[in-house]
Amino acid sequence: MAVPVGNALFGDNYLSHAKGWKSWLFTLDHKRIGVMYLVSILASFLLGGVFALLIRMELWTPQRTIMDAQTYNQMFTLHGAAMIFLFIIPGIPAALGNFVLPLMLGAKDVAFPRLNLLSYYLWVVGALLALVSIITGAVDTGWTFYTPYSTTTNTSVISMTLGAFILGFSSIFTGINFIVSIHKLRPPSMTWFKMPLFLWGLYGTAIIQILATPVLGITLLLLIAERALGVGIFDPALGGDPVLFQHFFWFYSHPAVYIMILPAMGVISELVSTFSHRHIFGYRFIAMSSIAIAIISFLVWGHHMFVSGQSNLASLIFSILTFLVAIPSAVKVFNWVATMYKGEVELATPMLYALAFLFLFGIGGLTGLFLGALATDVHLTDTYFVVAHFHYTMFGGTAIAFFGGLFYWWPKITGRLYRETWSRVAAFLIFIGFNTTFLAQFIMGAQGMPRRYYNYLPEFAPYHRVSTIGAFLLAIGFVMAAGVLLHSLYAGAPAPANPWGAATLEWQTTSPPPHDNFKTQPSPGDPYDVDRWVFDRSAGGYVLAASAAGGGNA
Amino acid sequence: MGFFFLVQQGLGLPPQASSVAPAVDSLYKFIFWVSAFFFLLIVGLMLAFVLRFRKRPGYQKDVQAPTHNTLLELTWSGIPLVLVLIMGFWGFKVFLDINTPPANAYEVQVTGQKWKWLFTYPNGYVDEALHVPVDQPVRLVMTSEDVIHSFFVPAFRIKRDVVPGRYTKLWFRATKTGKFQVFCTEYCGTGHSDMLTFVEVHEPGGFERWLEAASNLLNTLPPAEAGRRLYQSRGCAQCHSVDGSGGIGPTFQGLFGHQVMLKGGVRTEADENYIRESILEPMAKVVAGFEPVMPTYKGRLKDQEITALVAYIKSLAGEPQPASGQ
Repeated sequence: MAVPVGNALFGDNYLSHAKGWKSWLFTLDHKRIGVMYLVSILASFLLGGVFALLIRMELWTPQRTIMDAQTYNQMFTLHGAAMIFLFIIPGIPAALGNFVLPLMLGAKDVAFPRLNLLSYYLWVVGALLALVSIITGAVDTGWTFYTPYSTTTNTSVISMTLGAFILGFSSIFTGINFIVSIHKLRPPSMTWFKMPLFLWGLYGTAIIQILATPVLGITLLLLIAERALGVGIFDPALGGDPVLFQHFFWFYSHPAVYIMILPAMGVISELVSTFSHRHIFGYRFIAMSSIAIAIISFLVWGHHMFVSGQSNLASLIFSILTFLVAIPSAVKVFNWVATMYKGEVELATPMLYALAFLFLFGIGGLTGLFLGALATDVHLTDTYFVVAHFHYTMFGGTAIAFFGGLFYWWPKITGRLYRETWSRVAAFLIFIGFNTTFLAQFIMGAQGMPRRYYNYLPEFAPYHRVSTIGAFLLAIGFVMAAGVLLHSLYAGAPAPANPWGAATLEWQTTSPPPHDNFKTQPSPGDPYDVDRWVFDRSAGGYVLAASAAGGGNA
Repeated sequence: MGFFFLVQQGLGLPPQASSVAPAVDSLYKFIFWVSAFFFLLIVGLMLAFVLRFRKRPGYQKDVQAPTHNTLLELTWSGIPLVLVLIMGFWGFKVFLDINTPPANAYEVQVTGQKWKWLFTYPNGYVDEALHVPVDQPVRLVMTSEDVIHSFFVPAFRIKRDVVPGRYTKLWFRATKTGKFQVFCTEYCGTGHSDMLTFVEVHEPGGFERWLEAASNLLNTLPPAEAGRRLYQSRGCAQCHSVDGSGGIGPTFQGLFGHQVMLKGGVRTEADENYIRESILEPMAKVVAGFEPVMPTYKGRLKDQEITALVAYIKSLAGEPQPASGQ
């Protein structure tokens, strides 16, 4: 069997396969849809990031710095809504997953290519509705839309929630597509336990997407019904129950944080194995922990409500279940570290992101223990401690893994290599900037600084200033990373088929792949049998050991 | 370096001033040290492996190294499981103490509203700050007039949501005298971060003396002075300034006896009846340029109190206006 080793940038590939804007807008190719998602999602990340910088600038002084209270409240709402609904939730599955999943399966496309395109356009419609909401009186409810505030504020809650409702369908369609693809398109020799761990992560994610997202949809519709028609569901003035909204909302939104982190964990499994040049350690435990997380994640939502007045017994049960969900996450972390043992660790840019993930997600996970325990949560909830905690898991975890994955698959997506030195400097700046921004927030949170505060007591000013400086370091890091990637598009060296020495199937086709993904059908084996791959100087990348011995196969 | 600073600063926690604070802090410290141990273990191993097994000329990886070890997996699942279950039940035990008031607690009614706190004492006196005696259990019965708020005293380590349409409860026993910060910690709109007040913990006997003096304002002070105290204690000050500066509502400086422009272009004179109506039915005549957000004080201010407030606003009128026909 001939495994291609070369670059197809100047030959037939999915980018050159068809020309013109119509060939993009009406494409059914999962790779092109993935690229369109990638561009849209990065634009959302930029938007959310600009909101974040404006927030941090406002918090430079304890009183007004650059905007009034109402604008500030809109800024943090839009920052949260853009980052969560437009960037983090679709980020890894819809952009990277769309591109990689069929390739990893050795398939030509996802199971339902048309549904895939529909999912993208629903995302676009949802995002446009969110933009409409920004223009017509941006929401000021926080991304959580708590009632009865959200049913009484005079900002455009309806268009924003309708946007989130439609984005939910986009997410559900991606989930359906991935589940069916993994069940039906796996080649016969790829049994469940021969599947790359990224696919296990996406599978667990898809389960949550299709089971939990409808609850959010219903909840947001009820909210709209209450606002638009005066139906009393959540507002006590109409005979409703405001705490009911919180139950409904977190019934989706807590599993949703695992929609965000599970695919990220999948990416990290790939990165750690590839750049340690070693078989992943504890494959079955990592795979099963994804499923365990997906299941337990449905049963922990009440930990957002320990001070809402829910019963002590309910709080106890939610607290214990919350601690249980920590165990499979810890198991993954231990297995990743063990994978490096006796390997051959290569500090390429994606591996730097993976190591940063272990460090940051470690802090994010461990600080979750303070919030899972009932007595300490009473003190810490709704303070900056929580803000720091979820940024360490969502940003330090998911977003860092997303960028690690982006730098990992970039040569496959674009057919170009980027400049390693500068991308490492950028990764280092992002790591330093991130910790500067959010470590200070743990301390002021423990001291009692509440979240979502426009004015604050002067004693918290030093921490806020450190945090603001960190945010700008972080921004510089991202601008640099973007510069490295954009530079590679026109000046990068052509990428080989397998620049890193990974054993999963997407590296067994040219970079970038042809329209149908594979010229010759790859034969899947153990996805982590990296020892079969050796570096070949003439190919500029890794080739199968047998073909290297045979003098290369370029 | 930052780590040692943190340890030195009591791991970031504020001073302890309630009976439950030491128990909460002990659990916090336990979780902190367990977390610190595991964090250093993970990051330490990670860095050690990066250094020891890094790709370099002349280094050969061990292709025979094991790729799974069930005993190891069970160990690193089991030990954390035991530790987190300890945290879980320990947290629950202290949580029950936080949530279970003793039978003899002194009761204060708390009302949250955009964007102030009102505390109603058993004798009917209402104040914007919470005053309590030291070393005596105090029980708060809380509700909200509008949206969800949350009552948080960092020094007491207590917090509870304040929900419209229902009562939530909270108790504490202050162990130190002095003033302690109160925050609203559930986002409630424009003035959320200004919804601040304090708990003043009085020495034995001091609380009773304070309550008696505070309850008797109207009988012991001239009306304008009583009105000034009411202005501060009943939440007018959150939105209405007395120095001409802007706010959520119009300033009281130079208001009385002057013409005001209402929404819709009608002018009216700010006399006693206008002020009384604006207190009892704030939506009836909204001044142009302001949002109709003021809650009604119907049933919450006595006639005598309204009269005192009018007298206070009158005292802020500044230059008497010849055109006004008082």
